[in-house]
Amino acid sequence: MMTTFLKSREAILALAILALLAVIAFRFPGFVAPANLANVLTDTSPLIILALGQMAVILTKCIDLSVAANLALCGMIAAILNGIGVPLPLILIAVVALGAGLGAVNGLLVWKLNIPSIVVTLGTMTIYRGIIFVLTDGKWINAHQMSEGFKAFPRAVILGLPVMAWIAVGVVLGFALFVNRTAPGRALFAVGGNPHAAVYTGISVGRTQFMAFVLSGALAGLTGYLWVARYAVAYVDIAGGFELDVVAACVIGGIAIAGGAGSVAGAVMGALFLGIVKNALPVVGISPFWQMAISGSAILIAIAFNARGQGPKGRIILKQAEHRA
Amino acid sequence: MTATTEDQAGQDQAGKTGAGRHIPDRLTSPAARALKSWEMLLFVVAVAIFIANSIASPYFLDPWNLSDASFNFTEKAMIAFAMAMLIIAGEIDLSVASIIALASTVMGLAMTAGAPVWMLVVLGLGTGLVCGAINGALVAGLGLPSIVVTIGTMSLFRGISYIVLGDGAYTGYPEAFGWFGQGYVWWVFSVELALFVIAAIVFGILLHRTNFGRMVYVIGNNATAARFSGVRVERIRFILFLLTGLMSGIAAVCLTSRLGSTRPSIATGFELEVVTMVVLGGVNILGGSGSIPGVVIAALVMGLVTFGLGLLNVPGIVMSIIVGALLIGVIALPRLWAMWRK
Repeated sequence: MMTTFLKSREAILALAILALLAVIAFRFPGFVAPANLANVLTDTSPLIILALGQMAVILTKCIDLSVAANLALCGMIAAILNGIGVPLPLILIAVVALGAGLGAVNGLLVWKLNIPSIVVTLGTMTIYRGIIFVLTDGKWINAHQMSEGFKAFPRAVILGLPVMAWIAVGVVLGFALFVNRTAPGRALFAVGGNPHAAVYTGISVGRTQFMAFVLSGALAGLTGYLWVARYAVAYVDIAGGFELDVVAACVIGGIAIAGGAGSVAGAVMGALFLGIVKNALPVVGISPFWQMAISGSAILIAIAFNARGQGPKGRIILKQAEHRA
Repeated sequence: MTATTEDQAGQDQAGKTGAGRHIPDRLTSPAARALKSWEMLLFVVAVAIFIANSIASPYFLDPWNLSDASFNFTEKAMIAFAMAMLIIAGEIDLSVASIIALASTVMGLAMTAGAPVWMLVVLGLGTGLVCGAINGALVAGLGLPSIVVTIGTMSLFRGISYIVLGDGAYTGYPEAFGWFGQGYVWWVFSVELALFVIAAIVFGILLHRTNFGRMVYVIGNNATAARFSGVRVERIRFILFLLTGLMSGIAAVCLTSRLGSTRPSIATGFELEVVTMVVLGGVNILGGSGSIPGVVIAALVMGLVTFGLGLLNVPGIVMSIIVGALLIGVIALPRLWAMWRK
């Protein structure tokens, strides 16, 4: 029991995160002060939320590259709705619904037309971002154009943590419950693990993929509001390239890109790992321009590592033939 | 890697039977087949856009304007030829735009160190080859899925450019270096257009007239069967990534020379346009079929569309919406058509 736990992906990641924190703390003790760690968690909240949505999609053998564009579009809509005086609860409902709708577009194209998800989301990624430009003519919505309540909500502190971090915690718990304890949640694993078997057990592969895209879209919509409200600015390029970080978080967290395997804890820790690196760079005195290359290397190392772990555990028969080959 | 091909088949909903496939008594004549082909349809579309453009704008039919328009697609199309072979073999490379960024950065570094023009070109192509080799080694050598590998290298290669350049830029390339992107071979025919034609011919022959090309199709249709028939699947996959890297290097030389500067954000979004060009050219995104002539015509169509929209003052980001919609539409329409006929 103990040894399997120590060998598990989650344990290795947890140790890696602790080691990372220890190395940083050695030179900069201020980084591990509770207040700063809370700050890191808040900063990483969007990545954690989106990584969970992406996890649902990747579990079903798909990929969603449109999450960042979806986030940006929903964030812009939130800012526009706020500008015309719509109350906050309605804005929240609207962005989640809009995000889910945009996700549903991806999902329908994958489900009904059988188009590979990479192509669909590569296309919708540019379309969604383009729509923001068409809506706004490329104009920014700045802090002074947003109401106080709109900006204050994600930053309001409850029990030492801002609402934004609490929302991430809530999403993690809800998602863990959904994935591990409900039939549609388990279907995600079934569809990714063995599509044929899933069909024979009465699970629709396409419908499950559709559901995963809707979920990913809804979470992106929610994050869109949080992002725009926290940074108090909305424009065409917010969260540009963020989809790569989201995929990176999943891959680092051990979500198998071939589908069917992965855990909520893994995805969350993958996101936290990237979040800590990102927040530590300026503290340690490395230019933030290193962030992109670090994410890329982390993806490559993680998939190489995943492939090692998933190799077939067979037994070599006909040893002589093996030697001759 | 074979597992992924089987998985993809599985993804198409277990057991979708080809209900009552019609088997003809005799083959249709090659001429009839050519008339009904995707390439023919594309060609008609290209001619239609050409005519529409020349009616819409009096400036369109000027040879120099058309020559200018060709820069819209030449660099991307050169990569698209290699990408077409890669996609036919069932792989994909999303890192091409980042390879351009890195190759351009390396050339910029060398330029500030005072390297001669030939050296810049060698370094640009060399960087492309090295990047292609890294992708190829990870995909063919370690057997990792190409989508994730190239998403990773996409962020790594451009990330290195950002590390080197930050928010700065290299400018002041030597005059002679401008020949590749701004020079003309003869009259209105630019160097880039000549390179595009040469690349089209070389890749056309490579894919359609050599053993290597046949093997690319075999791998795309059934990698397991290919391996059992003695095709060196891994080696061919590696070479294809190398070729894509090399073509990205050539595109980097042309683009850097044409712009006369290097920023880490150079060529952003090229991967989308290259993949769209390939898919629009009739290459099956799941691998196994497609042709170079199709990609050539698709390049012309996309070049004409962007040029025409440019004449109508449509902003760049709106064009990218159109490219995105084109990518999805081109794949979705035949499938919708098939569903509707059933």
